[in-house]
Amino acid sequence: MTGRPSPGPSIAGTPRLVLKGISKVYPTVVANDQVDLAVQPGEIRAILGENGAGKSTLMKIIYGVTRPSAGQVFWEGEEVQVENPAHARSLGIGMVFQHFSLFETLTVVENVALALPGKPALDDLARRITEVSERYGLPVDPRRHIHALSVGERQRVEIIRCLLQNPRLLIMDEPTSVLTPQAVRKLFETLRQLAAEGCSILYISHKLDEIQELCHSATVLRGGKVTGECIPAQETPASMARLMIGKDLPHCEHGAAKADGELRLRLAGLSHASEDPFGTDLKDIHLDVRAGEIVGIAGVSGNGQQELLRAISGEETLAERFPVQICGVEAGRLSPGRRRKLGLAFVPEERLGRGAVPGMSLADNALLTAAHNQHMVAGGFLRFERARDFARRCIEAFNVKCGGPGAAAKSLSGGNLQKFIVGREILQAPRLLVCAQPTWGVDVGAATFIRQSIIDLRDRGCAVLVISEELDELFEICDRIAVIAKGRLSPTHPASETTVEDIGVWMSGMWPGAESIEPRPQPGRAESLNA
Amino acid sequence: MLELEARAEPSRLMSLLSPLLAVTLMLAGGLLVFAALGKDPAEGFRIFFLNPVRDLYAVSELLLKATPLMLCAIGLAIGFRANVWNIGAEGQFMLGAVAATGVALYFDGSESGLLLPAMIVAGALGGAAWAAIPALLRTRFNANEILVSLMLVYVAQLFVSWLVFGPWKDPDGFNFPQTRMFGEAALMPMVLEGTRLHLGFVIALAVLVAGYAFMNRSYAGFRMRVAGEAPDAARYAGFSANRMIWVGLLLGGAAAGLAGMGEVAGPMGQLTDKVGSGYGFAAIIVAFVGRLNAFGILLASLLMALLYIGGEQAQQYLNLPSSISMVFQGMLLFFLLGSDVFIHYRLRLRRRAAQVR
Repeated sequence: MTGRPSPGPSIAGTPRLVLKGISKVYPTVVANDQVDLAVQPGEIRAILGENGAGKSTLMKIIYGVTRPSAGQVFWEGEEVQVENPAHARSLGIGMVFQHFSLFETLTVVENVALALPGKPALDDLARRITEVSERYGLPVDPRRHIHALSVGERQRVEIIRCLLQNPRLLIMDEPTSVLTPQAVRKLFETLRQLAAEGCSILYISHKLDEIQELCHSATVLRGGKVTGECIPAQETPASMARLMIGKDLPHCEHGAAKADGELRLRLAGLSHASEDPFGTDLKDIHLDVRAGEIVGIAGVSGNGQQELLRAISGEETLAERFPVQICGVEAGRLSPGRRRKLGLAFVPEERLGRGAVPGMSLADNALLTAAHNQHMVAGGFLRFERARDFARRCIEAFNVKCGGPGAAAKSLSGGNLQKFIVGREILQAPRLLVCAQPTWGVDVGAATFIRQSIIDLRDRGCAVLVISEELDELFEICDRIAVIAKGRLSPTHPASETTVEDIGVWMSGMWPGAESIEPRPQPGRAESLNA
Repeated sequence: MLELEARAEPSRLMSLLSPLLAVTLMLAGGLLVFAALGKDPAEGFRIFFLNPVRDLYAVSELLLKATPLMLCAIGLAIGFRANVWNIGAEGQFMLGAVAATGVALYFDGSESGLLLPAMIVAGALGGAAWAAIPALLRTRFNANEILVSLMLVYVAQLFVSWLVFGPWKDPDGFNFPQTRMFGEAALMPMVLEGTRLHLGFVIALAVLVAGYAFMNRSYAGFRMRVAGEAPDAARYAGFSANRMIWVGLLLGGAAAGLAGMGEVAGPMGQLTDKVGSGYGFAAIIVAFVGRLNAFGILLASLLMALLYIGGEQAQQYLNLPSSISMVFQGMLLFFLLGSDVFIHYRLRLRRRAAQVR
């Protein structure tokens, strides 16, 4: 990626937003401790910090989702108490959340309408959405229902919804995690343009190179406190990471893969029509994953990843047995539980509500997938002590920051919950691990830790399949990489003999030897590739 | 001005206090109703709420009334926890009564000690079989179990009427729509001398304990809770959604059927067309007032029984229509739903001036 930060903020005049001594105390944790922050008009300021450092809480305070326990907020020089998000929006604050706040049963345009004051005409609004989405390279069909959209597409809706309101302060919580490199570039142009027009931007990201490229300034949080400020352009990613985690960034140790391991997963001509009318049908997918290797599948979201994962996990069973073979057993018609008994472990893309039950404790969430494997059931009754012990082991082995096995899953930050879920799956010593977006929205420290855990699991002889939209991640951990596009899977290539550029081209379905794939009229999918 | 503000976390305290608040408000509302009807509120309160617990016999009647309520409610709660909405406990109650009556009439005159256990099993199976219809239609054709189970209540009512007006009518019964009185061996033994409190109450308590163990201690109950709270997580973990529907409906039906058996083999001693007296519907309120939890359901069923008996007392001594107890039931549910808002929200007093626009 090229480009430098735009000229920069105007220093004269009143800052757009000032926080003074903001603290937020929850019953079990101090999320923010005396945080000071100032954002100038036209400034793009990064908020850096590990999971649980208090970034999201701070942003929620600014956006009126939660209230500070102490401290003051000044908006354009005047002290305000941001009552709720509607109030924040009326002030001119927009926010793109890490966990989306969209109504699944409504369409894109209806969701956008809900966030706007008054009752906008939907036709007119749909046109405006299309305009904004084209202008900013965020294609999405306003008439589609949210539940039919992939995570990446949902994020586009969130961004568009904010941009429609011409905000004067835009808060972006990990906005680029699921965008293609091209779309990221386009988004950065947009953000720079917005900043040049005087909009302030608070940018939360764990991608240090992005912060360096985009942001004028950065505030670093650790343990709820401001631990430093810096000019990203004058730092290196390593020096910023050190500010953020208080020590040097760990590196993933990645030795060579073991050759000729036992075949653990075989997809033998997997074709499956999606249950979802807006989904992507899987077409004749062939893939082998062997013990002792990590195979990665790249691709822009919405190209069949969700369908493929459900077909492998058993959440959607197939009509025939042979297309999915797990550890030598034809498993196409088996339930997820039966596949688990064959040695499959699965980390889904959504953590809250799928990988974990939000309102239940971590111990109960350990029961979710580990009940049989870890002997937590005896005679049909639960052995709570075993569940708690196992949850405690996950917490300790994976360094999960939480209030203990009794803490509710929803009380954990996204990265910590992900560490818990990955830990729960890995500690069951699977023979085949399937991982979707293992580090989505997870900070560098935790991401490195999760990646290293996956590599260690491989070294212990597990077969691993990773489906991710982050190319850097796939290149960091995978031995072989394939690309999924429009429901078809490319042949795999050794990661060491492939480049990001090659993969980028393959993402459009143009891999060597690919039969020509006629473009399907799927708004919001194909266009993003040439955006 | 007052405003509702969302709480960061649902309040556990409020979730326990809310039923108490609802009961208090219902009492206050009841006093107003008495006053509006021209009755002395203090007298109304005494007759409605104190008369039903004035002596041992009154209390035994209260427990007798609470028995079918707690049975139906605990069965429903198991399904409700998994988002299986069985609204037809009333029909399952009646089919349980029919099945038990069938056994009693078939073995009429038998002195066997096995007759009563056979009736208990028949009652539970009858209720479960009736609940199996919505379960089958839901899992096979995705037919909404709320509608199917509710409509089957009316089918059950007509079926009972047909039986007692037709084939099962007591030949010596002066044409009344009722079956022959059951023999001694087909009646529930009494547990308290000089009262009508029968073995069914003890069975209901045992079922409550079993329901608690199932919901809170068993793996099957855990799976049902997951399915209710996060369907995608249940699917991810491989818990079969169809199985939840079957388990939820069959257990609910069996418990309701057992309650129906307890009525015909207990205080009624025969099957009549009045066997369904709304216990199955009232149990829905009981289940929610009891927070879908076994201990809560015990307390809520006692409260609901009090309202039933209080209503009868008000009819006798105050010349009020018996539907007064429906008014109280309605007020209770109304205030409960209102109080439940405070589990997720808190009331805040705020000054307008603080807001900058």
